[in-house]
Amino acid sequence: MTDQTQPAPKARSPLAETAEMFLKNHAAVVASIVLIAIIIAAIIGPPLYADDPFEMVWAPFSPPGEEGFILGTDYLGRDMLSMILSGARVSLAIGVTAAFVSVFIGITIGALAGFYRGWVEEVLMRFTEFFQVLPTLLFSMVIVALFGASLVTVTVAIGVVSWTAVARITRAEFLRIRELEYVMASRAAGAGNMKLMFAVILPNALPPIIVQAALMVGTAILFEAGLAFLGLTDPNVISWGQIIGSNREAILSEPFAVTIPGVAIFITVLAISLVGDGLNDALNPKLRAR
Amino acid sequence: MALLISVLQRIGYALALLIAVLVLNFLLMHAAPGDIADTIAQDMGGADAEVMERIRRDYGLDLPVWQQLLRYIGNVAQGDLGYSFFFQVPVTDLLIERVPATLLLVITAQLLAILVGVILGVIAARRPNGFGSHMVTLLALFGYSAPVFWTGIMLLICFSLWVPLFPSGGMQDVTLEGGLFERVLDVARHMVLPVITLASIFLALYSRLCRASMLEVLGADYIRTAKAKGLSEGGIVFKHALKNALSPVVTLAGLQFSAVVSGAVLVETVFSWPGLGTLALQSILARDTPTILGILFFSSLVVVVVNLITDLVLRLIDPRIRTGAA
Repeated sequence: MTDQTQPAPKARSPLAETAEMFLKNHAAVVASIVLIAIIIAAIIGPPLYADDPFEMVWAPFSPPGEEGFILGTDYLGRDMLSMILSGARVSLAIGVTAAFVSVFIGITIGALAGFYRGWVEEVLMRFTEFFQVLPTLLFSMVIVALFGASLVTVTVAIGVVSWTAVARITRAEFLRIRELEYVMASRAAGAGNMKLMFAVILPNALPPIIVQAALMVGTAILFEAGLAFLGLTDPNVISWGQIIGSNREAILSEPFAVTIPGVAIFITVLAISLVGDGLNDALNPKLRAR
Repeated sequence: MALLISVLQRIGYALALLIAVLVLNFLLMHAAPGDIADTIAQDMGGADAEVMERIRRDYGLDLPVWQQLLRYIGNVAQGDLGYSFFFQVPVTDLLIERVPATLLLVITAQLLAILVGVILGVIAARRPNGFGSHMVTLLALFGYSAPVFWTGIMLLICFSLWVPLFPSGGMQDVTLEGGLFERVLDVARHMVLPVITLASIFLALYSRLCRASMLEVLGADYIRTAKAKGLSEGGIVFKHALKNALSPVVTLAGLQFSAVVSGAVLVETVFSWPGLGTLALQSILARDTPTILGILFFSSLVVVVVNLITDLVLRLIDPRIRTGAA
């Protein structure tokens, strides 16, 4: 006699499901590969290519390909490829760190507002709106100008002006989740406010925050590029935006010198936003229909 | 009556925001190393302690901090944003001189972005899986990922260097002779590239949002009713659906205004547009604190006013907000 019942479907971890969803999104997969390649190039590029990016190696503004300089040289005759590789380190590092700073501020403010509600929420959300009113780039320009142009000031300046979106998302998630029964159960089991906020509610609020954090890395890279383009960055490091800014006088005579670093920024941010979109679809299957 | 009270509430709240900006400005001014006396002394090529003392007293720097703050807010309320030692004129005069150029650029770019964004969004929403829809998604990604100053430079290289259609910078040709019409045309020619550059960031955002909000509205019951009544598709899309799909776009456009001002700084720098953005960069490089903070305050003022207007417009086009039922 044969058993008529079907075997029960195997339970799969949410992580495996998310990964499967992500892998179905071809654009996001390609983008992740590109992104990984960029990160590897940033890590092993400078030591392998073994050139000091500040060293003046050839005549200024020699076009790409000449004398074996694949991407040409800049206005001081420095090797552009070497500059792009070490610029990748700075741009990526600032992008990730600034995103981390803004996510940290955003989660703290959003969690407190969404959890305590009442006057705490009122005060914190007014505070958030205040930061939304300040023109972000202008405000960070002022911070960098007043407190000196170092990598730390630039990173903090970017983080301090861009946390509002994370705060609003976190608050919305907390408002929704805090009413769920499992939270009440934890509270009944004796969990304190801190534990409820960061150990019980936060893990379930994370998916949209993760997506926002991923996109934030891209925004921060663009932001740093903007500041560096204006000359408001640490003069002792090379970043992609700074290469564009320092060659700005030659836009019309030597277009390649501003085009190449821009392409690097563009590809990196594009890859990050595609990965972010992929994560969004994978973590929010409901949104897939859009 | 309820409408009037809520409008007054919004205005009071906007004023509170502006005072908060002033307090922040004041704190920044005090956190920065050196004060006005140092700047003036530097300007005069050095001054002895007695002169420094007098300058500090003249500018009220010897008063308690809270009195200085009140004095500062009072001055700003009277339209006095301080004196720029770098440009040798009152900051308010500087701003009045530069503001029109920036407003012209920013408002034109926003209108273009909203108009084209809505059109693209509607096209994409009518065939959510069609070619047009994918193009809008792609465009949105490009607009989001390219640094705006780089987009400007690329346009400059294409349409000013390779195909010399437009001038490479500035707002007008000072050597131009002719009547008002020629002048206007000249400014318009100078505006094309900066406006397109600035619009490119927001165009993508608006088209994507308009697409999503149109898709949502087109799925609503009342649209099915309209279809069942036999109305033409164009009539349904533009008369019935678009009206309701627009309000998130208007909301976002208002919220984005501080980002538009930020974008303007970069675009103005690329195209040497004689507005607030180039002024901001000049004054930052010259460490001209009163001017920098004046610009920060003024742009926040613009953002607050735009948000207020957006809010009022939304109340007018969306009765749900008007009655507080949403």
